[in-house]
Amino acid sequence: MTVAINCEETGKKLQEVFPGSVISTGKADIVVDANKLLEVAGYLKNTAGLDFDYLTFVTAVDFLDYMEIVYRLVSLKHNQSLILKTRCYDRENPVVPSVVSLWRAAYYQEREIFDLFGIKFDGHPDMRRLLLWEGFVGHPLRRDYL
Amino acid sequence: MEIIRPPVFTPQEADLAEGQLINSFYAQCTSQIPDPDRWLEEKLQRNLLLTTVDTAIAWARQRSIFPLMFGLACCAFEMIGMAASRFDVSRFGMDIFRWSPRQADLMIVAGTVTWKMAPAIRMVYDQMPEPKWVIAMGACAVSGGTFRESYSVVPGINHILPVDVYIPGCPPRPEGLIYGITQLHAKMIKGTIDNPNLSLK
Repeated sequence: MTVAINCEETGKKLQEVFPGSVISTGKADIVVDANKLLEVAGYLKNTAGLDFDYLTFVTAVDFLDYMEIVYRLVSLKHNQSLILKTRCYDRENPVVPSVVSLWRAAYYQEREIFDLFGIKFDGHPDMRRLLLWEGFVGHPLRRDYL
Repeated sequence: MEIIRPPVFTPQEADLAEGQLINSFYAQCTSQIPDPDRWLEEKLQRNLLLTTVDTAIAWARQRSIFPLMFGLACCAFEMIGMAASRFDVSRFGMDIFRWSPRQADLMIVAGTVTWKMAPAIRMVYDQMPEPKWVIAMGACAVSGGTFRESYSVVPGINHILPVDVYIPGCPPRPEGLIYGITQLHAKMIKGTIDNPNLSLK
């Protein structure tokens, strides 16, 4: 089984490499600024000692004040995992950078999040609805739907 | 080695033997052949079956339904259970589940139908040759079930297809499905050649 990496240490390290990128660190998660997500994710994937080469899932949570996108990263080499989060405060036109260029596994899940939450992923090769049909009004998994 | 030769007849002797054989056949022909049904009772001898072409064809249709292999959700497992050895739907002449809609005449919609799936189901239904019947199996196919208020589920497949028999349950037991099929039989036997879908009266 994978072991969760020490997020406080990793958060400090990320803050040193990318100043202003880490918003907060918890026991098991790191919240990063959406503008620097792609740099941080690339660093987590390609740095020796971290090597997060496997993306388990991408999902999103609606907290009404903001929407949070959650990535679970796993390093198959070091057998450790990390929960990476980013926040999106704009409800009208939410945009977050896509990580498809780093982890191909995000392709369909980002499309699903776009379908059900309305969050656009900048840099996704094919950003359109996945589960619902073209012409559907609204984003059903948002808290204010219905 | 001694060779056993057949006895040699003169032509006259052969003609005589042949004449005797023919005479014996001839004697059998002139005597009356006994009736093979003589052992039957008097009542059965006067028996007569009269039916209409409609009834005969409806009976044949009813006894050889070819259902379409078509499962959408958990109801499909009850349908598989019905087809397998324990409940054995072969008793009703539904031996083979067909993979192709072009060879099927019964569509058992077993499970939740989403709006995204609806065009595919309609296309499969349109590909089936006439006459065809549809069974809505389970609460979801009947009315949308627990997902009726949902944004993505069709609230009852009668919105997109004509349905013959509704089988409620979540999911219905194989016995329930078999009961629904017997109800469909009762409907099919009332059909005619030009109108196989006459409704139950």
